[in-house]
Amino acid sequence: MQYRIEAFDVVVVGAGGAGLRAAIEASARGKRTAIICKSLLGKAHTVMAEGGVAAALRNVDERDNWQVHFRDTMRGGKFLNNWRMAQLHAQEAPERVRELERWGAVFDRTKDGWINQRNFGGHAYPRLAHVGDRTGLEIIRTLQDKGVHGGIAVFMEHTVVKLFKSEGRICGALCYERETGRFLLFKCKAIVLATGGVGRCYKVTSNSWEYTGDGQALGYEAGADLMDMEFTQFHPTAMVWPPSVKGILVTEGVRGEGGILRNSKGERFMFKYISPLFAKETADTEEEAKRWLEGDKAARRPPELLTRDEVARAIRNEVKQGRGTKHGGVFLDISWRDPAFVKAKLPSMYHQFKELAGVDITKEPMEVGPTMHYHMGGLRVDAESAMTTVPGLFAAGEVAAGLHGANRLGGNSLSDLLVFGKRAGEFAATWAERHEAREPDAAEVGAALQGAMAPLEREQGENPFALQAELQQVMQDLVGMIRERGELGQAVERIQELKKRAQQCAAPGNRMYNAGWHTALDIQHLLVSAEAITRSALLREESRGAHTRDDFPQTDKEKWSKVNVLCRPGADGAMSVTTEPLPAWPDDARKLIEGTLEAVTTKEAA
Amino acid sequence: MAAATQQLAWGRFTLRRDAWWLQPLLVILGLGGFGLYSTYRVFENAHYVAGLYQSPLGSPDLRGYVPWLQAFVPFTISPALLILPFPLLFRLTCYYYRKAYYRSFFTMPPACAVRGASSHAYPGERGIFLLQNLHRFFLYLAILILVILWYDTALAFGLETGHLVVGLGGFLFLGNVILLSGYTFGCHSLRHLVGGKLDCYSCDEGSKARYKVWQRVSWLNTNHMGWAWASLFSIWAVDLFVRFLDIGLIRDVRLL
Amino acid sequence: MAQRGNVTMRLWRGTAAGGQFVDYQVAREEGMVVLDAVHAVQAQQANDLSVRWNCKAGKCGSCSAEVNGYPRLMCMTRLDLFDPGEPITVAPLKTFPLVKDLVTNVRWNFESAKRIPPLKPGPLTAEEQRKGEFQMMQQDVDRIQEFRKCIECFLCQDTCHVLRDAQDTDKFFGPRQMIRLANLEMHPKDSADRIPMIKKEAGVGMCNITKCCTEVCPEHIRITDNGIIPLKERVVDRYYDPVTMLLNALRPGNTKLR
Ligand SMILES: Cc1cc2nc3c(=O)[nH]c(=O)nc-3n(C[C@H](O)[C@H](O)[C@H](O)COP(=O)(O)OP(=O)(O)OC[C@H]3O[C@@H](n4cnc5c(N)ncnc54)[C@H](O)[C@@H]3O)c2cc1C
Ligand code: SF4
Ligand code: SF4
Ligand code: FES
Ligand code: FES
Repeated sequence: MQYRIEAFDVVVVGAGGAGLRAAIEASARGKRTAIICKSLLGKAHTVMAEGGVAAALRNVDERDNWQVHFRDTMRGGKFLNNWRMAQLHAQEAPERVRELERWGAVFDRTKDGWINQRNFGGHAYPRLAHVGDRTGLEIIRTLQDKGVHGGIAVFMEHTVVKLFKSEGRICGALCYERETGRFLLFKCKAIVLATGGVGRCYKVTSNSWEYTGDGQALGYEAGADLMDMEFTQFHPTAMVWPPSVKGILVTEGVRGEGGILRNSKGERFMFKYISPLFAKETADTEEEAKRWLEGDKAARRPPELLTRDEVARAIRNEVKQGRGTKHGGVFLDISWRDPAFVKAKLPSMYHQFKELAGVDITKEPMEVGPTMHYHMGGLRVDAESAMTTVPGLFAAGEVAAGLHGANRLGGNSLSDLLVFGKRAGEFAATWAERHEAREPDAAEVGAALQGAMAPLEREQGENPFALQAELQQVMQDLVGMIRERGELGQAVERIQELKKRAQQCAAPGNRMYNAGWHTALDIQHLLVSAEAITRSALLREESRGAHTRDDFPQTDKEKWSKVNVLCRPGADGAMSVTTEPLPAWPDDARKLIEGTLEAVTTKEAA
Repeated sequence: MAAATQQLAWGRFTLRRDAWWLQPLLVILGLGGFGLYSTYRVFENAHYVAGLYQSPLGSPDLRGYVPWLQAFVPFTISPALLILPFPLLFRLTCYYYRKAYYRSFFTMPPACAVRGASSHAYPGERGIFLLQNLHRFFLYLAILILVILWYDTALAFGLETGHLVVGLGGFLFLGNVILLSGYTFGCHSLRHLVGGKLDCYSCDEGSKARYKVWQRVSWLNTNHMGWAWASLFSIWAVDLFVRFLDIGLIRDVRLL
Repeated sequence: MAQRGNVTMRLWRGTAAGGQFVDYQVAREEGMVVLDAVHAVQAQQANDLSVRWNCKAGKCGSCSAEVNGYPRLMCMTRLDLFDPGEPITVAPLKTFPLVKDLVTNVRWNFESAKRIPPLKPGPLTAEEQRKGEFQMMQQDVDRIQEFRKCIECFLCQDTCHVLRDAQDTDKFFGPRQMIRLANLEMHPKDSADRIPMIKKEAGVGMCNITKCCTEVCPEHIRITDNGIIPLKERVVDRYYDPVTMLLNALRPGNTKLR
């Protein structure tokens, strides 16, 4: 089997915010850099981000600073975050955002002409720099332009299927070109994985076909640790009707701009779900919530702006108790605000509902429910350098774990991409400086090629689309928002069975842009993450952040608040799941967090 | 790009199934109709004035300024012949009308995603079409003529009679100049000149003021097409009114 | 609103070497969009069907195609827009070289983008330097934010007759790049001069203002009125209007004439 060879210093897999930022950095440091992505340039998930990017710029509220941002992030993550990542993130995010402006991004402005910031769940002050509700588009387009002018070699519509090591160090990657099905071997000194999340293993998700956990699987198979895999974020508000749009995101920005949640009885139910952790700063009357929205600094924030895990659980509970809407959601209402305001601040939400659901959000409430949205877990990385446990292999963005702990705050992902994307690029360049290139083993490459071609050569076998749908159903039903031992155990078994069947997928047709073939390969990656999520969820016997166990409803203050769950290939090739203590907090970090620590509990309201 | 050879064999013209031909057809009828009518009026050389009313097709009457011109042509020069070239050039170089005639008359393209009939492609602003780049100068002339038409409207309300005259004609004239103003002041070139050319609207007092004017012009510009058609038909209507009045076909309705 | 029964999807199957339209029957669901129907075909009847998509919410600009001959985003085109009895034709973008089925090679758009010089921030105030941020009022950026809404679906490029019928890609960058240029040109902090490029290399003179780009833009960007025409007027200032040219000559070094 033939393949072409390309040689670079640094290869970045993924062209979302994290990948692009990494490639820009590596290339600016004089390294020959390639970037590979599955879709066209500029179509990665980052383009869909709506609400904004979190950075303590202090343009709107002087009281903000990196310390508060750090505290908010740790609190949102239920203190499972890697403290050093959270610190670097809070400290460096403002400069990363400002640098975008100098590269051409045009954020919305404050009255005196600086970058404007909006409120978001879990952030104490207005902190999210934004452009209407299309912030991700602004960021990816800016980075994309910067990148192509900076001399990065772009390989779009290429999918990486395997990483290679030599003497323990990363040395290459194999990919196929989607258009022709031809293979390409990259030889390089360092690889940055920035492939995003795993949403496609759920049925209801805001994520695209790209989110098949490729980076997680590629890294895992190369021997890197996966961490915090049990923490899958269900975003509280997505469309629920009509069926074809179920799961499509409704930005948190709606609530940031004053959107109110009500159940079918018309009750503003979020007041019932204020957990002690946030009680001090959350309004307890509608009147106070309204004053806060009007800019009264003495008032406390509306309960709709609690963290995502809390709001999602509240909505699920309302629906479970029979107070949901006809289509199994709740109402989100922004129609009480001025129509012109709504259209200016939330233009794409307005169009999305108007065109896809026939609902005018300036006149009627939206029907919303939770959707699988983000993955806090992923490859375990070093806080400073973003290197995984495999030498020369770096990871940044959603594919990496650590910054967000048990639950991510809205807006903290885009800033994560910028901060750790840059760091990954920087340290990958340094690594490439200090290490020689090595040759991938020809036999390994040959075996990988054969494996990749197998579905095409099989005359008959499983339909890859049907198999993926089956996996999605399993995860949705058994490893959803609320988990329980029996179901998780069942899921593990189903996944084992699916893994076997995935080896028997057949893809009719030839190698040219063959969606069936691509899906047959993707599903093998997807299964790695699905298994890791399920096994980790089974191990963590408590409820914390985005991980809720019906059989262990309490947040455990002893054992589980001190450890991360890790997955790595065991000696027999099977997945082994273990725990490892959190890095210790130094005193100054502890001081910033203290006082809020005691109140960590998960409140399951009646 | 070697694309031309690779283009799909399907749909040499279009796969559209809706009534994409309707719009170009209406434009042909509208512009063609007006073209024929105004040509006839240019050579009819009569009925440009009826009482207080001076038809916009023949206003202002420039014949007194260029009497020598008559020596060059075999027919009697009408006031319309002298004045109409200017508004005509204004409209021919107008960005909206460019769309209208390129789509309907040149079929470049007749409608979106529909292939045109012409065998050669649009060559860009070449030769005589370079004039399109001088639109702003025709705008200056158009503004001048507009002032005169406003004056004509004042005359229609009896400016020179010494007392107020309120008749159907006066209102037709008023409507017409309002529509013409909406069209002229919504001009893309004007929009550029008053403020569109600036990159910063808040940098000094001058640019702040120009921003306000730019906003107004932009407001009119949003529906430039609407103003273009409305003012075309209103000219047509007013001229018909004057002509019929002068022939005696109809009578003015007087309120005062 | 509910329409039961089947819908016939008439999809283009094939490569540059040849192909044809193939009819598929798909069960109709409430609220279904064209992309759903295409996906249903792909999952059940034609696994190797090629189609691009990502967000399914009109945000990424991947799923561009010609539905019943008109350039649209498949994910934002509801089936109930069309006569229920009629087949729905889905063809790839005609302007670009066909790869396979509904996928075309749109690389040319990325190459022309690369030729456009990036933002070159002009002199900054002391305060701006201290903060590392630009001070720009909302009213200064409203105009360029409209252009920055572009999701690069390339529907405008597809429908522009200069690129579509004449394939004059060497003479004209197309509407998408025109608004990219307009964005940079009107940026309050930019100090580069792109007018010569806009006239020559990018070929603004090739646009005859027929506005199909504006008509098909899913982001409702007023490409022609707010982007291309203002650029043409700036070109006129520099190359055609004797008055502004004279003023220009009298103020040498001032490329951004007020
Ligand atoms: C609808 C929506 C709204 C959101 N809103 C916000 C928000 O307001 N604020 C916020 O902070 N976050 C938000 N997020 C989350 C945030 O957008 C994502 O987490 C973030 O963009 C992920 O960026 P990334 O760079 O890690 O990956 P992505 O942007 O997803 O990029 C992944 C890249 O990897 C490539 N890739 C994957 N696998 C392979 C492979 N095998 N070979 C080659 N390439 C591969 C893909 O092609 C892609 O280019 C939102 C997410 C969604 C879905
Ligand atoms: S207006 Fe100009 S750019 Fe737009 S489609 Fe027409 S010719 Fe092309
Ligand atoms: S300008 Fe509009 S039509 Fe053109 S690529 Fe951008 S979004 Fe698409
Ligand atoms: S653009 Fe129409 S009048 Fe100037
Ligand atoms: S899939 Fe993103 S625009 Fe249609």
